[in-house]
Amino acid sequence: MLQIMEGSHAVAEAAKLCRPEVVSAYPITPQTHIVERLAEMVADGELDAEYLCVDSELSALSVCLGSSAAGSRVYSATSSQGLMLMAEVVFNVAGMRQPIIMSIANRALGAPLSIWNDQQDSLSLRDSGWFQLYGEDVQEMTDQHFIAYKAAERHDVLLPGFVCFDGFILSHTYEPVDIPTQEEIDAYLPPYVPYNKLDAKSPLSMGMYATPDYYMEFRYETDLAMQRAGNAISEVGKEFGEMFGRDYSMHTESYRMDDADVAFVALGSICGTVKDAIDEMRADGIKAGLVKIRTYRPFPAKEIAHALAGVPKVAVLEKNISLGTSMKGIVGLEVKDALTGTGIDVYSYVVGLGGRDIRKKDIRAIAALAEKGEGNMFYGLRTELL
Amino acid sequence: MALRIGAAAAPGRAPDNKTGSWRVFMPIVDMEKCTHCGTCTLACPETAVSDEDGEIRFDLDYCKGCGVCANECPAKAIKMILEEN
Repeated sequence: MLQIMEGSHAVAEAAKLCRPEVVSAYPITPQTHIVERLAEMVADGELDAEYLCVDSELSALSVCLGSSAAGSRVYSATSSQGLMLMAEVVFNVAGMRQPIIMSIANRALGAPLSIWNDQQDSLSLRDSGWFQLYGEDVQEMTDQHFIAYKAAERHDVLLPGFVCFDGFILSHTYEPVDIPTQEEIDAYLPPYVPYNKLDAKSPLSMGMYATPDYYMEFRYETDLAMQRAGNAISEVGKEFGEMFGRDYSMHTESYRMDDADVAFVALGSICGTVKDAIDEMRADGIKAGLVKIRTYRPFPAKEIAHALAGVPKVAVLEKNISLGTSMKGIVGLEVKDALTGTGIDVYSYVVGLGGRDIRKKDIRAIAALAEKGEGNMFYGLRTELL
Repeated sequence: MALRIGAAAAPGRAPDNKTGSWRVFMPIVDMEKCTHCGTCTLACPETAVSDEDGEIRFDLDYCKGCGVCANECPAKAIKMILEEN
């Protein structure tokens, strides 16, 4: 049944339906409404979970790691500086192969201080060993939580995952959203079966010291698990589609890509604006299309290469900056890598940092720049300030 | 040792980490000079030196080549040599 719901509350409902046994988080804008709502659910007896209030994000994810190691299904959520404070534990969770799911309400990183949206926070942790899903709208980001738990907990995966969505733009927007019932989610997502867990009767340590003779092989195994996570996300996304009518078997979504002369690549809420701009451009005879990336880690290089095959110009919209690189955007580098040898021109456009609006006219202007072969640049700078 | 998911280990598995791979110099002993005083066996931080059946043995699985044994030996019977390969 469709309900009008704030994005954060839809995420809190999704987290609740996954029956986490432990929730630990520290409030940070724009994630706050998610964890406030979960705290209410626990206090009101709607959710049978331990809700642990802690002193910082570092403690929050540490509590999550310990709880997951003890065999619990665990949930957390954060943004921006909070994720950075967690960073040491973020890598350890992946190395210890604990399938924790964490919502990231994407927000810019300081300095300068900004509470507004871009995707620098989660993209900066692209090499941490957590898979990363990005939602375009409230429905998609809600559904991705169910998919994330089911994929993460598979014993051929056992990796943690971020479910990312643009702060404010999605976290604070009210949209119609179909929230499945508890019975439906129970049928989709069975109780968590840990691969191994801390147990006083059968003692175990996790994340042990590995000498140079062993460390590389552990990293290799984690990379293999990440590759398997791609298949798992696809399989459980398909299963979700069969049960709920919304199919997530693809890591990307192509929009009006037939015979496109210029293709955008983007993640998250900007894709809605891009689709509208594409409709306008198509009506004006400009053949534009979009490849939306839903799974950013593992990076679906083959799927992206297939989706972009034969398109002369590709414009990657980047709500991030990889300071000091030639392309400037994080995602463009990987899209370009996926298209090596095809002769397709790939350009990055840094847009919307720190919450700057991105409008249809900007998308159209970027398409024109790509057609002219101008890219790997900031778009929309206020030159009067420079 | 097979890798266990999550770098997990049961108690008492530290010996699986053969720290001897760090070594650059390895100890050799001149038994003509050795007095079997036992100083090297006590001085070794890894307890990788033993004196049994009249022979000084270095456990090269764990000897990191620190040279404390050679430095402490009162008879100057232990030398550290560069270990090739």
